[in-house]
Amino acid sequence: MTTQPVWQPSASQAALKSRAQQLKFVRGFFDERQVMEVETPVLAAHGVSDLNLDGVRAHVSAAGRRGGWLQTSPEYHMKRLLAAGSGSIFQVSRVFRDGERGQRHNPEFSMLEWYRVGFDDEALRAEVADLVCSWLDCRRPRTVSYRDAVMACAHIDPFEASDRELRRCCEHWLEPDQLAGMGRDACLDLIMSFAVEPQLGQDVPEFIVDYPASQAALARVSERDGHPVAHRFELYIDGVELCNGYWELVDADEQRRRFEQDNQLRRRAGKPEMAIDEAFLAAVEAGIPECAGVALGLDRLLMLKLGTRDIADVLAFPFERA
Amino acid sequence: MASYSTNEFRSGLKVLLDGDPCIMLDNEFVKPGKGQAFNRVKLRNLMTNRVWERTFKSGESLEAADVLDQDMEYLYTDGEFWHFMLTDGSFEQFAADAKAVGDNVKWLKEQDVYTVTLYNGAPLSVTPPNFVELEVVDTDPGMKGDTAQGGSKPATLSTGAVVSVPLFISIGEVLKVDTRTGEYVSRVKSS
Repeated sequence: MTTQPVWQPSASQAALKSRAQQLKFVRGFFDERQVMEVETPVLAAHGVSDLNLDGVRAHVSAAGRRGGWLQTSPEYHMKRLLAAGSGSIFQVSRVFRDGERGQRHNPEFSMLEWYRVGFDDEALRAEVADLVCSWLDCRRPRTVSYRDAVMACAHIDPFEASDRELRRCCEHWLEPDQLAGMGRDACLDLIMSFAVEPQLGQDVPEFIVDYPASQAALARVSERDGHPVAHRFELYIDGVELCNGYWELVDADEQRRRFEQDNQLRRRAGKPEMAIDEAFLAAVEAGIPECAGVALGLDRLLMLKLGTRDIADVLAFPFERA
Repeated sequence: MASYSTNEFRSGLKVLLDGDPCIMLDNEFVKPGKGQAFNRVKLRNLMTNRVWERTFKSGESLEAADVLDQDMEYLYTDGEFWHFMLTDGSFEQFAADAKAVGDNVKWLKEQDVYTVTLYNGAPLSVTPPNFVELEVVDTDPGMKGDTAQGGSKPATLSTGAVVSVPLFISIGEVLKVDTRTGEYVSRVKSS
């Protein structure tokens, strides 16, 4: 099958102009709050260990080192800057995720990531709301717990339901043989994707908070109503997941344990294990200040601004044209 | 046979699902930021024409279906099979059964070219061009003064198809017909 190459951008001139304005707005927002802009490597020695994030492998040979990974987020490097005493920082960077292409995904995308020293997750949520609401001119978000959101939309309790009950709920979308190897979190991801997310943030933006501890990633965990929950939050507008934030884990031992746990899950899933980024761990050991951090998808923010459901409308050249 | 993994899914892909050849109509990729990715796929079963919706976990795969669309000239029917010949100069012939030809039998005119979909080398379906030109073999006589507007009558075409035509159409005229709707489009000027 041969197809003619398309040289034109998929985004309109107006969308490209909005993109430039958005960038200017973001920089102005942080300038006003005296948060310093930084730049960290997109190409680095280590990739992320998350089970469900696949980095793009690079084949670099320089300075006696070979290989490398295009970063899935600037998180590790930004935390090293925090440990070195940078204070609050933000970055607009290109990040890469293998295999992700859809209406809201492109394997390369623009991420706004920022860290606020001395903030907890609640304080950071307020700042996210300031940024998003003043750019989109929308109502301030309300906050809903992960548990309440899943119960309201899918009528199942994500903390109390047995593994069997969760699987039964998933039979709505998957065949029994597909469900066989699926763990609790994969079932919850399925329910979240198909039953919950499309209903979130419909009349007013919604922060989802108090994720199950098993989905904490790099967030602190504490107890809520007898269940361990992560200090992690996401913002949804019109069913679109816009950002993911944490009250950051600053305990080096716990950090190492989570890396090892990630690799265990990777082994079980037949995915390659990721070497632990010792430079990052050393920075955590040296001491990252108490802080909260969040990553926000700028392409999706622009989609919401322009009222489009297709990410290609806001990208000059989506992957098929790149 | 080759297989396609979820990150190769795209509309137009021909795959086997539950043993039947299907064509992918739509592929929706969903993934919560830190979670497992899924593909929600719409497929049309090429045997039954029914549309299926299925969900796949990232990394799952489907076997490719040996389905191929080919241009072929319609030759003749022996009553049981409809015989077609490749237009690529190979003169290779294929026999389509009543199931493959289906309702489109009424558009088959000898020496015209059709798209024949082959599954494992055998005709699965026959698709006529969007427009065909066929001669009227039977209709009520045309009436003078009916050229402007209003009224219609049935006309039987050379292939057996019956279409609704304006009153001024008479036997022997060649008509352009839309095969997707079965509607009369215009008269074809004989030159």
